[in-house]
Parts: sequence; structure tokens; C-alpha cells
Amino acid sequence: MQELLQTYHLNENNFNWDKNWFIQAWRIMNTIRVFEEKSIQIYKKGLMGGSLHSSIGQEAVAAGVCMNLKKDDYISITYRGRGQALAKGADPFQLFSEILGKKTGYCKGKGGPMHITSQELGILVANGIVGAGIPIAVGAGLSIKTLKKNQVSVAFFGDGATNQGAFHEALNLAAIYKLPVVFVCENNLYSEMTPIKNAVLNEHLAERGLAYRIPSIIVNGNDVRAVYEVAKQAVERARSGEGPTFIEAKTYRLLGHMIGDAETYRTKEEVEEWRQKEPIRNFRDVCLKQNVLNEKELDEIQQQVIQEIDIAYERAMKSEEPEMEEIFNDVY
Amino acid sequence: MMSTNRIISYAQAINEALKEEMALDDRVILLGEDIGSYGGVFKVTKGLFDEFGKERVIDTPISETGFIGAGVGAAMTGLKPIIEIMWIDFSLVAMDQIINQAAKMAYMSGGQTSVPMVIRTQGGGGRGNGAQHSQSLETLFAHIPGLKVVAPSTPYDAKGLLKASIREGSPVIFIEHKMLYSQKGEVPEEEYTIPLGKADIKRSGKDVTIVTLSRMVQFSLEAAKELEKEGIDAEVIDLRTLVPLDIETVKESVKKTNRVVVVHEATRSYGWGAEIAARIQEEAFDDLDAPVQRVGAEDVPVPYNLNLEKEMLPQTKDIIQGVKKSLYLQLETV
Repeated sequence: MQELLQTYHLNENNFNWDKNWFIQAWRIMNTIRVFEEKSIQIYKKGLMGGSLHSSIGQEAVAAGVCMNLKKDDYISITYRGRGQALAKGADPFQLFSEILGKKTGYCKGKGGPMHITSQELGILVANGIVGAGIPIAVGAGLSIKTLKKNQVSVAFFGDGATNQGAFHEALNLAAIYKLPVVFVCENNLYSEMTPIKNAVLNEHLAERGLAYRIPSIIVNGNDVRAVYEVAKQAVERARSGEGPTFIEAKTYRLLGHMIGDAETYRTKEEVEEWRQKEPIRNFRDVCLKQNVLNEKELDEIQQQVIQEIDIAYERAMKSEEPEMEEIFNDVY
Repeated sequence: MMSTNRIISYAQAINEALKEEMALDDRVILLGEDIGSYGGVFKVTKGLFDEFGKERVIDTPISETGFIGAGVGAAMTGLKPIIEIMWIDFSLVAMDQIINQAAKMAYMSGGQTSVPMVIRTQGGGGRGNGAQHSQSLETLFAHIPGLKVVAPSTPYDAKGLLKASIREGSPVIFIEHKMLYSQKGEVPEEEYTIPLGKADIKRSGKDVTIVTLSRMVQFSLEAAKELEKEGIDAEVIDLRTLVPLDIETVKESVKKTNRVVVVHEATRSYGWGAEIAARIQEEAFDDLDAPVQRVGAEDVPVPYNLNLEKEMLPQTKDIIQGVKKSLYLQLETV
């Protein structure tokens, strides 16, 4: 049974050093980072309601997984999920619009930052309830299998979700029905404000996939290449009818649970240590070291992204608010 | 021509609705505990596993959150799941998936997502199943925007309403009554549906309006028969669905009778009877000649002992008392 649990080590010699792949990965991760930074500005200016949960530091998981997905594949994401939405192809203008509550947003301004949905892009739902999107992703897997489609359903969730009943029930269903589902646990070490090590005795959350006889794999979530490789195998397994895979991507949430979090549960030194290992800096070094992209190329793409995000933000700011009649639409 | 005199049970009528809709639409699947070759604990899904196979009649683990959640996801992606929750009391372990997920998907997504899913379940007391297997929880669901709530009282209604619920395109909580499964009634061979949101006048009368649903319709009709002997002519309205609510039919009736008794098996306090009473006083105050009476279960969990249970749940005599109260008649001392 133990062979179902593995730790993935990237073999640099075997990695496909395709330049376009690197450009794409660099672009997606930077898009997420710049989008998230801009969102924080929006939040701090008081232009949006509710809370904002940043995924800064976790970009490699979103990019590495979604680069394996097609447009009609499904993902179920969370309140920290704008990064995954962007990696799945979401338009920053429609995302900013939704955050700002504008009618041009993905959900006409009625969902907000926690509930990004795009039927067109296979973004099933972003959940504000920890763990709740996992059985929903499994249900999408059931549709794929029953309707004999060639799609895959991916459930993104955090470490905290693995203590929810919904998580365990969903894994078991996917296992017994052998559904085309990939479970992606972004272990960022904190369940809201509680260190995950205080909330479960397992050091590796992938053991929880193993408990349901689901092939489970631990991967460095801050290395987009490693995440990509692991997700590729999982997606292929799902597409070929071999059933679910559980991926534990070990990463780190560089900011608090939400903007404004006092972060009394960790030291500045710990955060600084992880900042040295963060995925974008990490990937830049790889690109330079392997001579895939040079400084100029990297900077140019970054500048393009900044410009695109700025334009999207300006457009969203100028967009209209939803009409009052919207209150009564879409209830059923 | 409608064939008449075909008498089948409430359970058979529901079985027929499932069978017909599954034959009509490949996307309709069933999920639930022991619903496969076993045919369900109340035998409602009998024969469907053999006819449609394990891909469409799916036995689940005892895992309501998991399979209701999977139903939500499946409904969002092209299937039309009908989920059997063996006892309504078990739905409580999966309330997040029902209330936070199923009910809110359409709205949170700005209308992009639809959840064409029916949760079939059974509730009510009367057979000594104790406090965790006898509840009437329809009000909980009716309070949540995004859910439709159906509770049929006859085989005919059960079949027509279930077929309509499956085609509704949004989440429907379909609440059967365990004491009605063996109840027989006329159901035509021909295809028919009953739209949600249309109350049915099960008995016309001019002196008082009884508003009720599910098993209490039978009790109310018995009460009406008794009252007739005393010269009281009661109208019995079966709401059939709480959401959408056909308040118009109730108001029309009140115009004629000027008196209302609301009867439900759920506990009386904060029950849907209060909602009906409130709507009538808001919208038809001038038509009332007496305060709206409520008949419901006592505000306690359902006791196991059959005598205690019977006393705790509303009975025909309680409905008769409610009617007499609304007519300002002398109540018999018990």
C-alpha cells in the first residue's frame, strides 16, 4: 500500500526545456502576483467589500496544475482562488470587475471575490466554505464518467480543508467510483490562523489520500516545474479512466489569512525564510541558470503583465454598478 | 381519453415518476443509500436498478454530505440527479451542501450555474420511529431562498409533482411522508405533470378554510367529514408546495369563508403556519372574521411511545377543535 504514497523529485535532466513553456509559466505566475498585489491596493483603498484572501507565494501550484488543463476541464476553487482562475484563463478585467462588485464581473457583481465562477472556463465555483467544493468537483467527475466525456475535474483546496468531513467523504466517493478527479491540496502551512501542525498529527497530508487508496504524491509546491510534472501524470491518469490522484503541494502563504491579519501565529523570520524560497524568484533563477530566458526577456514579460493588469483595473473601475433589479434575478 | 380507476400506492406512483423520467432523459440518475438492487428501504426505487443499471441507479456509502455534494456538482455539469435521503433527519448532516451550495449556486454565479437536482426524502411521525427519524422539517428548507419545497399528499399528486420537480431545472426538496407510502389512490396511465406552486382544493366548503399539506390533508379531510355532521362545511386546501407558495388560492378561499385554520405536522412554534397566518393578516385582513388558528405538533421532540407520539402529533380531533375555535363554538371539554 505504501507505494501509493510517493514524494516527487524533479529530475532536471529529464525536464522538457521548451522555451514557450517557460514563457507561459512565467507569464501566468506574474499575472497572478501582479493581480493579487493590485487587489490588495483596491482593498486598502476601501473600494471593495468583505475580506480579501491573497494567494501570494502560491502561484506555482495554480500555474503548474492549470497548464495541464483544457478549457473544458473543470476546477473547483476557494475564496483564495483568483490565482487558479487566472491560470485557467480568467480575464483580469472581469475578475477586477467582480471584486469591485461591477455588472461586468464574472458573476455580475453578485458573487464577489470569494465566489468567482465561469461556466465558460470550467470554473465550477469558488467556495467560501472550507472543503465544500471538493464533493462538487467529485460530482463533476461523476458527470464526466456517466456522460463518457474526456474531461478532468480538479479540486483545489487548502490544508485546513483536509480536516473537514466533506473532504473525506468526497475522496472516498471518487475512490470507489474511480472518477476522473485530481485533488490538489495547497498545503500553505496555515489553516486560517492555525498552524496545520497543531490541527493534525500527519506530517504529510498526502497520507490522507492514501487512507482512501488513492495514489498520493507530495511535491514542492514552490517549483512550478515539479507541480506541472506531477499534475501532468495525475491528469493523464484521470483522462485514461484510471481514477483519482491526490497531490499535496507544499507551499507557503506569504501574507496573512486575509488582508489585515495580525499574523501573531508566526515569526517574521519564518516568513522571511520562505520569501527566499518563493516560486517566482525561484523560477527566475532557474530560467537564468538554465539559459532558457534571459534578464531582458523575463523583465519584458513582467512589464507587459503589469501594463495589462493596469489596463484591466482601469477599465473595471470605470464599469457600471449592477441595476437594483439584479437583486431579484438568478434566485432559482 | 384518461383511463380511470387504476389504483396504485403512493410509493408506486413515485416509482413510476422516476421510471418515466429516467426513460425519457438519459441525464436523470439516482443516488442514495440502498437504492440499487435492494430497491430502497421503502421500496420506492424497486426495479429501477435492473432496468437502468448501476451507472444510473447508484448506491452510495452512508455519506450524505459527500453524495449530496456530488449531486450538486453533477447537476452543474450536465446530469439531473435525483438523490434519495433515506430519512429527512439525515439531511441535517449535509446542510452545508443543501443550503450553502445547492441553494446559492445560481445566485452567486450571477445566473451562470443551474442545479437541476431533486432531493427526495421522507419525513413525519406516526410509526414509533423516535425523535431522530420522525421529524417534519419542511420549514427549514422553505426558509432558504433558492430551494423549492414540495410535499405531496396523494399518489396522484406525488407522481405529477415529482415529474415536474425533475424538470424544474433548480434544486427541489421533495418530501414524502412515511405513513403515506402504502396509501392508495387513482393514478391515470397517461402522462401528466402537476406544476409547482398550484394549491389544490381537496374539498370545497363555505364555513372555514383549512390550509394544510402532506399527511395532514388526510386528517383534515376526516375532520371535515366529522364537522359536516355538525353542519360545518370546511374547505380543505392542500398547498402541495411551500415554495412556490400559492397564497392566492388561500386568499380566494378566505374571501368566501372568512376563517382559517392552518394545520401542519411540524412543531407549532415558528412553523410555516405562522407564515401563512402572517400573509393572510397582511394581505386579507378585512376578510377575516376570526383570528387564524394554528394546529401543529407540540413543541417537543417526537417521543417513541406510540400513545405519547399520537398525543404529541396533531390528530383529527385537534383539527376539529381548531375549526370550532375559529367559529367561536363551545369546545368540548376533554
